[in-house]
Amino acid sequence: MTTTDRPEAIRVHDLHKSFGTHEVLKGVSLTAREGDVVAIIGGSGSGKSTMLRCINFLETPSSGGIAVAGEPVSMRADGTPSDRRQIERIRQSLGMVFQNFNLWTHRTVLENLIEVPVHVLKLPKDQAVARARKLLARVGLAEKEGAYPAFMSGGQQQRAAIARALCMEPKAMLFDEPTSALDPELVGEVLQVIRALADEGRTMILVTHEMKFAREVASHVIYLHNGRIEEEGPPDQLFGAPKSDRLKQFLKSVA
Amino acid sequence: MIRSLLIPRRLVMLAIALAIVALVAIYGRWDWLANPKYQALIVRGIGNTLILLVLTMAIGMALAIPLGLAQAVGPWWLAMPARAFCSVIRGTPLLLQLFLLYYGIGSLFPGIPGLRESWAWPILRDAWYYAILGLSLSVAGYEGEVMRGAFKAVPHGQLEAARAMGMPRLTIFRRIWLPQALQRVLPTLGGETVLQLKATPLVAMITVVDIYAVASRVRSETLITYEPLMLLAVVYMAITGVIVLIFRWFEGRVPQRVA
Repeated sequence: MTTTDRPEAIRVHDLHKSFGTHEVLKGVSLTAREGDVVAIIGGSGSGKSTMLRCINFLETPSSGGIAVAGEPVSMRADGTPSDRRQIERIRQSLGMVFQNFNLWTHRTVLENLIEVPVHVLKLPKDQAVARARKLLARVGLAEKEGAYPAFMSGGQQQRAAIARALCMEPKAMLFDEPTSALDPELVGEVLQVIRALADEGRTMILVTHEMKFAREVASHVIYLHNGRIEEEGPPDQLFGAPKSDRLKQFLKSVA
Repeated sequence: MIRSLLIPRRLVMLAIALAIVALVAIYGRWDWLANPKYQALIVRGIGNTLILLVLTMAIGMALAIPLGLAQAVGPWWLAMPARAFCSVIRGTPLLLQLFLLYYGIGSLFPGIPGLRESWAWPILRDAWYYAILGLSLSVAGYEGEVMRGAFKAVPHGQLEAARAMGMPRLTIFRRIWLPQALQRVLPTLGGETVLQLKATPLVAMITVVDIYAVASRVRSETLITYEPLMLLAVVYMAITGVIVLIFRWFEGRVPQRVA
């Protein structure tokens, strides 16, 4: 199958985002087809997290267009979404994983996983629990289902957070620097889980500082600099033969 | 539990406490306790004190949640009045509030034509309802301030995770934000409930018959000075103990790790 055969999962078109007078994104576009793994890299302040957070409207774009699974998000002229129901539906189809895990601390791991499937998507509880247990086993946390997040390591919490996102059976996954808050020795276990997801053909957009990992799992890499896409392409091309001086410099600085 | 009482220092304190109780029990005058009239009054007084406590904590907290929310994240036209309300309640004595409600506002009602004949009159002239109102507003004022802090203290990321999963706003509030805020205030709330218990005797000043009013009546009728006060102390301590146990149970339900 050629790349253009597969349906579009996420499309971002000419996205602008300003915080006050400071323009963080100056017109960025991205297309992820089903099964694509898009890695967004760039220095701090390049706008990579903001770009990711605009996709599920955790940040309100200033202008531009976003379509999920071919469905354009209806926006007002100022970029705010005009249909909250639509936003909620789209968010339910995009699993987001945060830098700081953000598990709900007043609930056990299992309760974290089934919270939205049961109380928002109205899935019968026994089905949700069965699904959650299967996912916890996959991320290696089968015996932790009754634990509270505060009693788990960062790596365990992040794996639980990934399982929580998967429990919604999302069409695509968004990762916002999933290993940046982890102690170095815990990074591996989380990357392993993400890699397994990439290998099974999940659509993912991944903001990361792990260059080696991005090169291995991504099908497409975007290098952001100062709110613009400085360079993009297949990972071997971007990491192996970068064209722009800025990317060369960036890769040197993080190596 | 038993073991922790067997420390020498605690044993000495226990002995002194028991000695005081024994002295009071032996040398005090307790014959009035055998009087059926006083027995009935004491039961009624304790009942009224408990009802006042539970009811006003419940009503007060129900008001405190919107008051706290308005102050924490509300628009200015909600936050300002909420803050003003909490400041006035916290800044003035409860006794003054009760007096103003009962003798102040309550005394205006008879002047309204037709009100004396209406169904509302039995409520409007009954001190009991003014006591409930006054004590509830007091809880609302204090806990509104507590809830403001509690709502703000819930980490933003947890709410963001809920939003990112497509939870509707009301569901986020009901399932994530409010439970975590309440969990945070539980230890504070236990202490405030004990304080509220000991604010209830003020209602005796506006003629409500709580256990404090009963003790006062026993004292004035029998001219026994100390024993009714001892009974009061025992009753309030026992209720305090129950409150502490209830809140300890609540707090133990979710293992907390202080971040």
